[in-house]
Amino acid sequence: MRERFGLRDVDWLLLGSALALAALGVMEIYSTTLNTPLASECKKQAEWVAIGAVAALILSQVDYHLALDHVAALYVIMLLGLAVLLVAGRRVGGARRWLTFGGITLQMSEMGKLVIIIAVAAYLAGCKAKAVTWKDLFVLGILVGFPALLVALEPDLGTAITFFPAVVAGVFLAGIRFRHLAVLGLAGALMLPVGWYAMRPYQRERLMSFVHPTQHTRGSSYQVTQSKIAIGSGGLWGKGIGRGTQSRLGFIPVSHADFIFAAFAEEQGFVGALVALFLYFILLIRLLDGAQLAGDRAGAFLIVGLASMLFFQVTVNVGMMIGLLPITGIPLPLMSQGGSSLVFTFAGLGLAMSVRKRRFVN
Amino acid sequence: MEGRFPEEPRFPLWKVPFLQYVVAAIFLVLVAAYWHVQIIQHRQYLQASEHNRIRELPIIAPRGLILDRNGRVLVDNLPAFSVLLSRDGARRLTPALVAGIAKGLRLDPAALETQLKQAASLPRFQPIVIKKSADMQDAAFVESHRIEYPELDLIQVQQRFYPKHEVGSAILGYVGDVSPKLIARSGKRYQPGDVMGKSGIEREYNALLSGVDGMCRVIVNSRGQEVGAMTPVPPRPGRNLRLTLDLDLQLAAEQALGDRSGAIVALDPRTGQILAMVSHPGFDPNDFTGGISPGEWKQLIKDPKDPLMNKAIQAQLAPGSIFKLVTATAAIQTGTIKPSFTVFCPGYVVFYGHTYHDWIWVHHRGHGTVDLHRAIVVSCDVYFYTLGKMLGISTIARFAKELGLGRRTGVDLPGEEPGLIPTPQWVEKYYHHPWYPGETISVAIGQGAVAATPLQVAYMVGGLASGGVFHRPHLAFYSELARDRVDPPADRKCRVTLQPATLQAVCNGMWGVVNEGGTGVGARVPGLQIAGKTGTAQVVSAALRHATHTADYRNNAWFVGYALFDHPQIVVSVLVMHGGESSVAAPLAGDVIKAYFEEHNALHALPPSAAPQPEVAQGVQAKATPLPVLP
Repeated sequence: MRERFGLRDVDWLLLGSALALAALGVMEIYSTTLNTPLASECKKQAEWVAIGAVAALILSQVDYHLALDHVAALYVIMLLGLAVLLVAGRRVGGARRWLTFGGITLQMSEMGKLVIIIAVAAYLAGCKAKAVTWKDLFVLGILVGFPALLVALEPDLGTAITFFPAVVAGVFLAGIRFRHLAVLGLAGALMLPVGWYAMRPYQRERLMSFVHPTQHTRGSSYQVTQSKIAIGSGGLWGKGIGRGTQSRLGFIPVSHADFIFAAFAEEQGFVGALVALFLYFILLIRLLDGAQLAGDRAGAFLIVGLASMLFFQVTVNVGMMIGLLPITGIPLPLMSQGGSSLVFTFAGLGLAMSVRKRRFVN
Repeated sequence: MEGRFPEEPRFPLWKVPFLQYVVAAIFLVLVAAYWHVQIIQHRQYLQASEHNRIRELPIIAPRGLILDRNGRVLVDNLPAFSVLLSRDGARRLTPALVAGIAKGLRLDPAALETQLKQAASLPRFQPIVIKKSADMQDAAFVESHRIEYPELDLIQVQQRFYPKHEVGSAILGYVGDVSPKLIARSGKRYQPGDVMGKSGIEREYNALLSGVDGMCRVIVNSRGQEVGAMTPVPPRPGRNLRLTLDLDLQLAAEQALGDRSGAIVALDPRTGQILAMVSHPGFDPNDFTGGISPGEWKQLIKDPKDPLMNKAIQAQLAPGSIFKLVTATAAIQTGTIKPSFTVFCPGYVVFYGHTYHDWIWVHHRGHGTVDLHRAIVVSCDVYFYTLGKMLGISTIARFAKELGLGRRTGVDLPGEEPGLIPTPQWVEKYYHHPWYPGETISVAIGQGAVAATPLQVAYMVGGLASGGVFHRPHLAFYSELARDRVDPPADRKCRVTLQPATLQAVCNGMWGVVNEGGTGVGARVPGLQIAGKTGTAQVVSAALRHATHTADYRNNAWFVGYALFDHPQIVVSVLVMHGGESSVAAPLAGDVIKAYFEEHNALHALPPSAAPQPEVAQGVQAKATPLPVLP
């Protein structure tokens, strides 16, 4: 069967909702950085959206098996990148997250997210049993755990955690014995105290301030308090573009990046938040439809991995804005400022579209 | 391409839809949470966001000036700066930060830390005053460290200034900071940097004198830096208050009393207006404006002469022989004696098995045979011992109360003391023994437990001199209070119905005290018809002994006098504590009366009186009616 090129088979609903969300993000970045030194960020972000959209369209035409076939090379590049980052990365705000290649600054962990999805999909596609074995779980743990550890050392715990939903969803889809699940759950519970000691002080403070919000008025819960004030003061219709006092006057930290949804909800109100959440909902449901229709296991794992990762990030980010979840440095996919996140998210969506396009292959 | 994974197993069909339902469920939770915050709790968060971005800096309203009756400034304002510290900024006030601020403003870092700790319970958006009366150097520090210390702000304040320093300090009082607790409790009524009257007129008329502060609203970012301003709310200045006080007379009275400890009250018996009120030693209210230092405060409180006490209304002392006016009034009014009643005074008298000496007994002689007039003029104790025995304590106490003793006059000053007129009921209540008849004998000459303030004494004699019409003493003009919509004190005038014969006998007696070689001859001023009564009190009351912390039990010298005899315009009471004899007090009253008439250009215009007649024309009923009629 000959490869069909053309835009007729593009999943316009998926790409459309993603572009709509990205447009909302650009608008909000414009609004929060207006008349500030960061005012050029919205133009850059718009360029990244365009690049991402084109990348998605191109990838949707390419057979996704190409990526699966070269997963080993991608994985090694990712590991090398993360390792170089730890040794020679540029420190920004206490963490080494960005690598610069001749003028282009790349956030390695964003690339890592996509590579992890592909790697998990490639591995699980090879498991032919009805349920994963201990060996499979062990291999997956190493496969995801090692790069996650490197990312956590940057330190960027939020992104490191983001690596795992793809595994959880993949294993769920592949099937797992109840016995395995029970043992894993128990082990996880036993690991909690160890995790607590492994955490850095600011990470512990974030967790504690989530448990006792009133005791940390200046630290992490100050951020939650301020973002809740922003969101709550937005009301039904919001304050309007550029009129969000909480975001414009600096009460919300990084209102164009991690906290963009608080700024957005302040200026666009509950109606705006509802529209954005509805777009994410369309995006995720449409993605998962693609998993059901996928021509092979690899395609399904690819999509479920991507969907679970996006879902995890959206839920945690939107939830932490109003104190439902502890503060973690997880950006909002498609909306938060950041070229790497945008491009790799669109790339992932391109792969998903490629899967959907090839649903009748078998 | 096909057949790449030809025999791979399919997943159970329920799994992907299950994931979709999970997504839907979680999104519903998110939507519900946003609904709760944005719709249900919207109002509360909107308010919080307004507070976040608007910092309110008070514009302190200038306090009203206090003027004398001729419009001369007694209490003024001077512009000054206060340094405010905002605590609603994003950064924490670390010890290093506080130390830096303290160094820049030349404050004690430990004291500043303590102040911050104390302010921790106050709302964060409320700035606190960390330096009052800041000078140009402090202002320069704040202005030049805007970036380093955005928490600091300067506000212009009006600092209270008392240009006459000690003069009138007892009346005027002083101001101090509104306590942080009161600021928090008052809603928006008080702002940091506000002052309020703590004593005297400043306190009594605080509501009238203090204006309503304005508000300067600035939009700030999360670092507390100003990024814009909103329309300010202008302050409403406090109202000026004109007092009945006459600065010239006040100065004359201050000068007359000099270094002596005591008080002088001068009032117009026709209206009750207080023309002068002196209490020495005084204090300089300016010491309080910049915040008084603990050392200075301790010194003021520990001073045995109690500078902060307004002795004109708070010194409760035995009035001594002045009280004989009460005994005389009671005796004639009740018809117990006629003015012609005579007593032979050998220098002592024995009642109830106890010998009561006359003050003249120090010369080992008596006054001889005296009638009522002579008894008042020479202040014969034996005569009044006899009257006391005839009248009994109840009658004496009743008249004393009607003439204004033993109760507050209701003057518009805080902290007035009521004095004391002992009664059998009082003795039983506080000393748990029946009234000893012998105590009545002491009371009849103003000793024993009798206690009165200089203001009460002036009030009483003013009423007797004005034919039984008593006007409540006051310092603010009633008409002007009404204009400023402040309720003037009620019950300002009362008439005690006394027979002309009673008034004539008592007032003629007072004329004789000054003009017929009596005990008050020192109060004479050539060309002025002055009448009065002396008093020498041997004992200080237990309460005052405690209050003064003194071992000095020398006699207190009293004099109360009025002028003119037939047209009373001024009554002056003088108390010289531990002055020794009443002859010390009488000339001081003379000085004040002289100053009054010199000022009113009346000294030489009036003909000297040949045959004194008590002033009974004003308001005294021609028809004598029996007592008691008190409104």
